[in-house]
Formats: sequence, C-alpha cells, structure tokens
Amino acid sequence: MSAAMSMTTPTPLSNVAPAIVLDKVNKWYGAMHVLRDVTLTVGQKEKVVVCGPSGSGKSTMIRCINRLETHQEGKIIVDGTELTDDLRALDTIRREVGMVFQSFNLFPHLTILENCTLAPIWVRKMPKAEAEELAMSYLRRVKIPEQAKKYPGQLSGGQQQRVAIARALCMKPKIMLFDEPTSALDPEMIKEVLDTMIGLAETGMTMVCVTHEMGFAKKVADRVVFMDRGEVVEAGPPRELFDNPQTDRLKLFLSQILKDH
Amino acid sequence: MSGAVVDPRLHAARAAPKRRMRLSWSDPKFRAIVWQVLVVGILAAIVAYLVHNTNKNLAARHIATGFAFLARTAGIPIGEHAIEYDPATSTYGDALIIGIINTLKVAIVGVVLTTIWGTLLGIARLSKNWLLSRAAYLYVEILRDIPLLLQLLFWYGLVQTLPSVRDAFAVLPGVFFSNRGIKVPLFDWEPAHSWALAAFLVGLIGVIAWSSVASKRQAETGVRPKTWPVALGLLVAFPLFVWAVLGAPFQLDMPIKGGFNFRGGGTISPEYCALTLGLVVYTAAYIAEIVRSGIQAVPQGQWEAAGALGLRPGAVLRQIVLPQALRVVIPPMTSQFLNLTKNSSLAVAIGYQDVVSIDQTTLNQTGQAIEGIALLMAVFLVISLSISLFMNWYNARIALVER
Repeated sequence: MSAAMSMTTPTPLSNVAPAIVLDKVNKWYGAMHVLRDVTLTVGQKEKVVVCGPSGSGKSTMIRCINRLETHQEGKIIVDGTELTDDLRALDTIRREVGMVFQSFNLFPHLTILENCTLAPIWVRKMPKAEAEELAMSYLRRVKIPEQAKKYPGQLSGGQQQRVAIARALCMKPKIMLFDEPTSALDPEMIKEVLDTMIGLAETGMTMVCVTHEMGFAKKVADRVVFMDRGEVVEAGPPRELFDNPQTDRLKLFLSQILKDH
Repeated sequence: MSGAVVDPRLHAARAAPKRRMRLSWSDPKFRAIVWQVLVVGILAAIVAYLVHNTNKNLAARHIATGFAFLARTAGIPIGEHAIEYDPATSTYGDALIIGIINTLKVAIVGVVLTTIWGTLLGIARLSKNWLLSRAAYLYVEILRDIPLLLQLLFWYGLVQTLPSVRDAFAVLPGVFFSNRGIKVPLFDWEPAHSWALAAFLVGLIGVIAWSSVASKRQAETGVRPKTWPVALGLLVAFPLFVWAVLGAPFQLDMPIKGGFNFRGGGTISPEYCALTLGLVVYTAAYIAEIVRSGIQAVPQGQWEAAGALGLRPGAVLRQIVLPQALRVVIPPMTSQFLNLTKNSSLAVAIGYQDVVSIDQTTLNQTGQAIEGIALLMAVFLVISLSISLFMNWYNARIALVER
C-alpha cells in the first residue's frame, strides 16, 4: 500500500530518536481484529492528529501508547523504552506520557488543586508547596487559577477538560496524548479547550491527538493520520490529505464529516 | 466562565415571589393541607382509642402499671453475666442490664467481624482468580437465600456436636473447643499490666502524632518518612519495656479439664459462639455485595486517569477508588449493621440470654407486658439510633461536593 510508505518517512523535525514508534502493532478483542499492522513514527515535538470513523481503532491505538490497552503483536517504543509486561518500563512511560480523556475523568472527591498535585506528590515525590506552585502555574496557563479550591462537579465541561490538561501537564510529560478531548463538550466550550491545546502545541510539546476537529488539525498538525477498520489508511500533512485524498475510504470519510460541520 | 466579568443582568436579580394559597379544592397546596390534617386526626383518634381501651382493661384485671417491678428480686437464672448477679438477690433491673450487655456483646463483635469478613468476600468476588471469585459468589448466593433462624439453629447444632469436656479439642495450649464452648486462659491482672496498657495508649497517641509529622514532612520534602518502624516501637516495644521494668509478671489462669467441666480460665459460651458466628456469616454475604457494588460504582475512567498519571494500582485504590467507593457503601452498610443488631434478638431460639430473652422472662413472671415491650423498644431504639447517628455523621464527613 502506497500510503503505508509515507508513514515511515522521517519527519523534518526528527533528527534525534523518535518520540513514539509503533511497528506492525496488532490487537484483537476476542475474534475482532481491532488494530492491523499499525505502523507509525512520531518525531520529537511533532504534532500528529489521528482521525477516522468510529470503530476505526484510533482510540485503541492511542491507548496502547501508554498501555491502558495492551497490544498482542508488534512493537511499541515510547521515548526509547519498549512497552512490555515489565512494570518498571510501564512506570517510566506513564511518567513521561500525559493523557487527556474524552470524559475528563477528574477525581470528583478532590479539589481542582488536589487533582493537579496528586501525581507530582505521590509519583514525583515533590514537596507539597512546590507541587501547588507548579499546579497553580499550569492552572493559570489554562486560564482557571480562580477555580483551584472548587471541586470538579462545580465546573463546566470546558473548564473540567482544561483542568484535565493542566493535571497531565503537572507531571511535566514529554508527550501528550489526547483521546477525543472535545467530543463530550457543548459547542460553545470546544473553542476554549482547542485554544488551550493550540497554546500547548506552540510550546513545542509532542502531541498525538484523536479528534474530528479539522480546523484544529489544519492549524496545528504536522501530520494527519487517517485510520479505518484498524488500519492506517493514509498519512501526510493536513493540507495534502484533506485537499487531495488518495483513497476512497478517506474521500467518503471527509465527505461525511464536512456534511456535519 | 471566569467569574471576573459580572453579568449585567445580575443587577436585576430579586427574590422569588411568594405563592399565595387559594381556599379552593383545585389548589394543590390547599388540598395537601386538608389531607395532612385528616391523616393526623385519624391517627390521633386511633391512639386515643387504644390508650383508653388499655387503661380500661388494666383496671378491670387489677394490673398495676409503672416500672416499680424493676426493683423486685428477679430470680431468673442467668448463665452469662458481665456484672455481679445472683438470682436470689439481684433485681429485674440488674437482669435487664445484663441482657443489654449481652446484646451489645453480640452486636459490637458481630459488626466488627462481619465488616472485615464481608469486605474480604466482596473483594474476592471481584478477583481475577476464577476459583476465588466463584467461591465468593457461591457463598453470597447460598448464605443470602437461607433464613437466618435456620442458620442459627444449624450453627448451634454444630457447636453441640463438638466433643464433651473429656475429649475437648486442644487447639492451642490452654484453648479448648468443646460442647461447653470455647475455653481460653485468663491471666491474673496486676498493676504492671495496667501500666503496660497505659503505655500502649500513650504509644497510640504517639503513632497518631507521628503520622501527622510524617504528612508534614512529606509536604515539605516530598518524601514520606516510614511509619511502621515507629508504630512497632511505640505500640509493641514501649509497652513491653514498661511491663519488663515492673518485673514482667505473667501468671496464667489455665483452664484445666475436669470430669464434667473445666476449672479456671475464661469461657465463651456455645450459645454466644453460635449466635455471633451465625450473624457474622449471614450478614457478611450482604456486606460483600455492598462492597462489590461500591467498588464497581467507581467508573473505569478513574482507574485509567490515575494510572495514566503514573500512580501504581495500590495508590490508585487508596487515593482514588476507596474514597469514592466508601460514599456509596456507607448508607447500605448502616442498614446491615442495624439488621445484625436487631437480628441478634433471634438469640431466644438458641437459648442465649440477650435482652429480648431476659425481657420475655421478666414479662412472663411479672405480667408487666406493656412496660416490658416499651423497655425493649426503647433499648433497640437507642442502640439503632446510636449506630445511625454515628454512620450519618461519618457519611456527612466524607460527602461529595457537587454544584
């Protein structure tokens, strides 16, 4: 498949070791083959947007990168560490990779500030005052420092998602994963979250983002990856991919989402 | 959004208008009041009739009312009494107090044991180990489905099939299982033991203080100092040291096998064993379901989010899952504690002299039925309300803040 070749081409930014390497990754849920020979390299500081119809395996793929899901075949190397059953490798990777979920998953029994300081204190063994300072600096960056003492249930969806981003950033990750971060939000709140993500992209963070926000992809992505039925079908710079789709599957997908938006 | 900008519409805010009631059957507020007045009126009429009727009957039968009977000599033989009791001289009041103590003995030990056992079962049901989770599932399904009274009779029967004193099982040196119950060694209490106990309590305060120091140290440096060596020192080594300095007295009163019974030692009666065991085993099945549902009520996303932040599974359980599960678990747990306490009144069936059993005997001997039942209701009300109040306080303390 010609599309598969373009994926392995090194990106202009990656003259050092790549941030993430997926090599012929396969995964099954029972008899269902959900990831088929997925091969993808993400360079340092690269921003990759993953799109595709629902059930295409894009969420499963991104969840394999920090091992919320395990792959059964192939290789995943994150920041030079291969993901295996080894628990120490898992610890290392989870510290370096931040994740933002579709449903925010804030801890409802902790304040916004405590949500942010929990991992720095218990995982990074950071003094509380330092962790709180760090958390406040990130809460300022996502523009909600005044909510620090509130609980997640008291915030709007957009605010919760921005807290979730700040919470992940407090671990100072090298890589950020976003799994449909705006899909559970009301339309007027999507922008505030996307703006936060654009701001983060400008700082040079390595980002992998599953989203249908094509405007965001065009603005931020170095590369867009289109997945369907567990395969990577096409990959390339956003303009190339959106303006000149090579496969029927991508053409169909683009026509469907353009109808909606 | 950010709260910094004030919405201009807010200036127009005013109190909600009060709704006036119309004196019309189509007004829901009026209707509600009429119904409530009617219900309260009917209830009051019923109570008045009952009181009048009772008084008339009592007068016709020449039964004196009042609680004077409590001061009369009881003459009820009681096997298990925590306080001094002699049927020939002690009063009905004494007997009832012993009954209350006996009930509390079952309730308190039962609640603690059933919580521990039920929690273990609940976690076992969620285990990935097939055998363990199936075994816990079977336990819950079978034990829930058999009436408690039957189970108590079963355990009592089982305890009675234990060998006689002559052939008692010696489980440990000085611990015997027989159809006379469990015999344990008692040791002679001396001042040194009181001092050691005091040292233990001081140590306990020390441990609490140390754990707050540890939290403070963690807040300052990020590293939490180890707690267990300090706890071991304060709770074990310190009391032992005090005891040793005071001459380390240690005189055991060992139970000795006699022909028909033991001499010396302490006894846990077969009735108490059967009742407590039966209640614990039965109630634990319900507790297990509550614990399981509590843990399952915490969404998978919470595990994932905490894991993605780098927290290990043990830390996720302690910091994220358990605090949230507790909130779901506490209210139904309260019901089960109350159930266990009230079910302890089935003691009558196997001859354990709890408050119900002693109250019934009192009632038979004195004929003071109304007073006897009233006392019993008051006792259970006080115990139940105490449990409820404590659990509600705890529940409110950990309540989740929402909007």
